[in-house]
Amino acid sequence: MKRLIIYISILLIAALMAIGYVRTEVPEGSKVNPTEIIFEHLGDAYGWELPFNHDLRIPLPIIIRAEDGSWHCFSSSRVAHGAVYDRFAIGGEGSAYKGKVVELRADGTEYRPFDFSITKNVAALIVTVIIVSWIFLSLARYYRRNGMKAPRKFKGAVEALVDFIYLGIVKPMLKEKASKFAPYLMTVFMFVFVANLLGLVVIFPGGANLTGNIAITMVLALFTFFMTNVFGTKHYWKDIFWPDVPLWLKFPIPIMPVIEVFGVFTKPAALTVRLFANMMGGHMIVIVLTLLIFIFAAMNIWVGAATSVVSILFSVFMLLIDVLVSFIQAFVFTMLSTLFISLAQEGGHHEEAIKE
Amino acid sequence: MLAMILAAIDGMLGIGACVGAGLAAIAAGLGIGKIGASAMEAIARQPESTGDIRSNMIVIAALVEGVALFAVIVCVLSLFL
Repeated sequence: MKRLIIYISILLIAALMAIGYVRTEVPEGSKVNPTEIIFEHLGDAYGWELPFNHDLRIPLPIIIRAEDGSWHCFSSSRVAHGAVYDRFAIGGEGSAYKGKVVELRADGTEYRPFDFSITKNVAALIVTVIIVSWIFLSLARYYRRNGMKAPRKFKGAVEALVDFIYLGIVKPMLKEKASKFAPYLMTVFMFVFVANLLGLVVIFPGGANLTGNIAITMVLALFTFFMTNVFGTKHYWKDIFWPDVPLWLKFPIPIMPVIEVFGVFTKPAALTVRLFANMMGGHMIVIVLTLLIFIFAAMNIWVGAATSVVSILFSVFMLLIDVLVSFIQAFVFTMLSTLFISLAQEGGHHEEAIKE
Repeated sequence: MLAMILAAIDGMLGIGACVGAGLAAIAAGLGIGKIGASAMEAIARQPESTGDIRSNMIVIAALVEGVALFAVIVCVLSLFL
């Protein structure tokens, strides 16, 4: 078995080097620009690439409000490749709004209109929402029809996942108030999990890196912030502004209250950055590993061929780790949200008991 | 002479970012290594609680890695801002 693996890998490397033998000069104009390619893959775009074809894209609608207040809606294929459509264009190389839709004023300056377009990330968000709703609505329909009978196959797997999160985290931490916050927490878990997994799929319904966009993760963390603080008990707010510490820490100079208020804001910030950095980091590593092949091939075609074997193996390994990380990050986001909500729901009953 | 000093200060940005990312990697390695070590010892003491220990270990590793990733994000931001 071990000899078989050694022979196959030698054969693979030899085959790839044979390609190098056929064409040993690097053709002109094939200089790779790593930074540009990385940011193009990780960022947002106005069209969605079709599988296996770099040039064709599904053009998505651009919806903008121009400087004079009029709304415009047109397909992004009209401004593709630098074309100008009715004084709108995509910012080019030197402009401050590179890659985004700008309005060209008469005197040549650019104005960035209020941009409400359906970009790749927005479309991926809609696809994620459709997938999550479809899974859960069909599961609910199954229960309505079949009562207590256990579901099988995919529905059974989804039920096991829901049990893992609800009975594993939400119920033990929140105890009686679990059913009040469970809809939000379960939705956030499934949304983050499905969005992370879709970001790993390379072709059409998947290619967008949704949770690698800090705006998305910031909005999710803001939802948790809202749920924690709006539904927090009076005891929770009292603990922030007048905590149970010696008087000199809070009276003339409110040291502890300032630290506590700061803590209220750093918790969602940590949630944001953790999810964003994990997802973007995973994608960036895979893209960089794949780009290594081209960078080495630009130097010498033989080195490029040999690198491709190692690089592809490593990329597949990193993608598998990314699948694990997707689940773990969704789990950690939900667990920390549950923890923050449970801390804000504390009643302070032991204090009143002592006072009595 | 002044131009050389200014160029050196400009280059320090790159060095600073890389050293910061390296330190974050060391810190993440140390932290997660400690978690893994104590998890292994706990499993060796009581093999039937392997499942519980494994889930907790993964959760805490994710939290520690989150902190290391904050440092990496700050380093990357320093290159662009």
